Amino acid sequence: MSEKDVILEVRNLSVHFDIPTGGLFGGHKVLKAVKDVSFDLHAGETLGIVGESGCGKSTLSRAIIRLIHATEGESLWMGKDILKMSPKELIGLRKDIQMIFQDPLASLNPRMTAGAIIAEPLKIHYPEVTKAERTVRVAEMMEKVGLTANMINKYPHEFSGGQCQRIGIARALITRPKLIVCDEAVSALDVSVQAQVINLLMDLQKEFGVSLLFIAHDIAVVRHIAQRIMVLYFGEVVEIGESEQVVMEPRHDYTKKLIASVPVPDPKEEMKRREERRRLRREAAAAAA
Amino acid sequence: MALLEVKNLKVDFETNDGVVHAVRDLSYTLEKGKTLAIVGESGSGKTQGAFALMGLLPKNGRATGSVRFDGKEILNLPLRQINEYRAARIGIIFQDPMTSLNPYLRISRQMTEVLERHKGMNHSQALAESVRFLDAVRIPDAKNRVHMYPHEFSGGMRQRVMIAMSLLCGPELLIADEPTTALDVTVQAEIIDLLVDLQEDFGASIILITHDLGIVAGTCEDTLVMFNGEVMEYRKTDELFANPNHPYTQGLLSAVPRLDKKVERLSTVSYEFMAGAHKA
Amino acid sequence: MPGITGKDQVLSTYADKLSVLDAPKGRSLTQDALRRLTRNKAAVLSIGMLVLIVLVAFIGPYFVPWGYSEVDWSNIRKPPNFEAQHYLGTDQNGRDMLARVLQGTQMSLIVAAVATLVSVFIGVIYGAVAGYFGGRVDAIMMRIVDVMYALPYILFVIILVVMFGRNPVLLFVGIGAIEWLTMARIVRGQTLTLKEREFVEAARASGAKPFTIILRHIVPNLTGPVVIYATLTIPEIIIAESFLSYLGLGVQEPQTSLGTLISAGAPVAEVMPWLLLAPAAVLVTMLFCLTYVGDGLRDALDPKDR
Repeated sequence: MSEKDVILEVRNLSVHFDIPTGGLFGGHKVLKAVKDVSFDLHAGETLGIVGESGCGKSTLSRAIIRLIHATEGESLWMGKDILKMSPKELIGLRKDIQMIFQDPLASLNPRMTAGAIIAEPLKIHYPEVTKAERTVRVAEMMEKVGLTANMINKYPHEFSGGQCQRIGIARALITRPKLIVCDEAVSALDVSVQAQVINLLMDLQKEFGVSLLFIAHDIAVVRHIAQRIMVLYFGEVVEIGESEQVVMEPRHDYTKKLIASVPVPDPKEEMKRREERRRLRREAAAAAA
Repeated sequence: MALLEVKNLKVDFETNDGVVHAVRDLSYTLEKGKTLAIVGESGSGKTQGAFALMGLLPKNGRATGSVRFDGKEILNLPLRQINEYRAARIGIIFQDPMTSLNPYLRISRQMTEVLERHKGMNHSQALAESVRFLDAVRIPDAKNRVHMYPHEFSGGMRQRVMIAMSLLCGPELLIADEPTTALDVTVQAEIIDLLVDLQEDFGASIILITHDLGIVAGTCEDTLVMFNGEVMEYRKTDELFANPNHPYTQGLLSAVPRLDKKVERLSTVSYEFMAGAHKA
Repeated sequence: MPGITGKDQVLSTYADKLSVLDAPKGRSLTQDALRRLTRNKAAVLSIGMLVLIVLVAFIGPYFVPWGYSEVDWSNIRKPPNFEAQHYLGTDQNGRDMLARVLQGTQMSLIVAAVATLVSVFIGVIYGAVAGYFGGRVDAIMMRIVDVMYALPYILFVIILVVMFGRNPVLLFVGIGAIEWLTMARIVRGQTLTLKEREFVEAARASGAKPFTIILRHIVPNLTGPVVIYATLTIPEIIIAESFLSYLGLGVQEPQTSLGTLISAGAPVAEVMPWLLLAPAAVLVTMLFCLTYVGDGLRDALDPKDR
């Protein structure tokens, strides 16, 4: 499979929610969380999905892999539509597509040991693997993600946030998936820990050749880790392109505002950017008037 | 005379597992009308230091040292005395606007209450003043919005309301504890820009507590970096960013992905490394 | 999957490493909770008291000279008399009260234990399934619970008695049939919250089947509320058993239970107080202890609630 092969094609995906509005006759309105989203993902590539809270990025990622129900559209994995797969095919899919979550501690069952948590996908998809071999694989994976193997019997609450996230990463990688969806995987971590986990993800991607769908609200982080960036605003794709281009030459107004808002740790730069933000605000106010 | 002088502040917590030294030896000075940023990651003690100042520590917390506000010692004052300072002379903005506003009361009620108590205004005067402040923090249609409930505002607007409420009595010092951490980045920029503008207009001193070095860069004159309860660096912001002395600050600066520079690999600051590091 | 045959060099290296690996055991949440519980003096004392009651109830009879149905013709309706070895006196039929109280306690404890186990087992499975699957399955299952809740309890028990005759086993069925309903409701509520947690979502993303998720992820995280609720309803069960036996629907002569003893002793309490005092004291002590233990468990399992 060549580097540039498309492995995931999302076509016109929409996710609508029915919100009951109360009222005497049980009225309801439709919340369009994701509107007509289309994009491609290539093998070995990282695509960043950026947007602020409520833009639909988490909903989109879950609909693509059918963790929640999509209202319309297609999500083609290696040519087959995920949204139309049979239950059996779907379980097979879970071997190839994995997910890492935002809250490191909450994504781990507090009553299972680290070893059991990491081994679970292996148990599900390769039941023929013996317990001893499973333990070996888990230990190997723990070392790869920067944990020491002798922590295999510890419980989640005995680990730090960064270590919990590493456990989550180990669990996601144990079946050697082809795609990992990272849903705000570093947003809840401290700055220094965040840097470690980002470096880890990039290293693992090089080693295992896995594609990443990296969802975040911090465009600086996304620009660092992703080759291409897609910007979501109120459920719609407003911009998509090579990272450098999106960051240096944003086309859409929202992207411009987003980039101008990211704080840069350089006093002179920040003064310039503050002026830029004031200018954008004045323009928006004038346009609205 | 400086507005705020903190000397050798120490904060300890009694827990079931022993004593936790949240703040070990914090000292700084803040002049009238100036801004200070206290930067640190979680567990650095930055929030506890500010809470100790205001007498907001939980029951198992103990603070020692000296905190002089406008020449008078305010550390560990009894409740009635510290209440004279709260809101009227020292305002505080918390991280999560949803939990610091009473969800059952209209904004108008929450604001007029403060004015009536601390400034002795009658109700209509207080209401007019509240609307004036909401305008100052750029809440659109303040005249009508003042009568709404907190849940009818977005996160960013609630934080503006919090800022307005903290400024109502014209405090000399404003402590902002991670005011934008829970907000989106575009809203964050608006709030920080707002704070900068208000600071120029109202002349209050501001202590900005945050983990984000980026928002510090354009806002505060001095920066204090904390780690594990201790001060790592305390200098003018411009100098700190141009020439960080302490390896922790250097590490923190290079750990953050920046939009203006592209690096191959982020540097990381590990706790093992820090254990061997000394104060700058 | 590469290396799965075990011939992989990497795997062999790690296998060697593992054989000398000394992985220390972790500190589970249950151990944490037990540690907090042992710091609660009231709860520890109560547990001690309960253990003492259980031991005395089951081992005591071997040390008491009189059997619980043995009649001592020369000592009918006598108050406590140490010489004749009737330490708690005798009842109207000349049977030793101490022996009867011990046997009654045994019976009450067995009923409580069995009914609790039955209600926990059925209630947890039922509630977890209803809560996890949601939608129509949940609606139907919970409507059944609602209907059974609405049935008059006594009517139900009387129908059972009419159909199957008087039988201690009926007692367990009757009580268990009511207690599991509330347990199911509680478990369903907890499941609804649990299934939104990220680790359950992670299990679904890993491809786990629904029943695997229920058994591996949901049920183990229910232990807190289930244990607390079970402990706090044992008093209810004992009282229900007493009530049923009082009505004559439960335990039959010559066997007895705390409830039967109390109901027999109440009408003659002025004349023969010892008939009522002994079983009542045991019952009240047990209920107090269970309440303290339940409170202690609640504090230990969720310290934030305090």
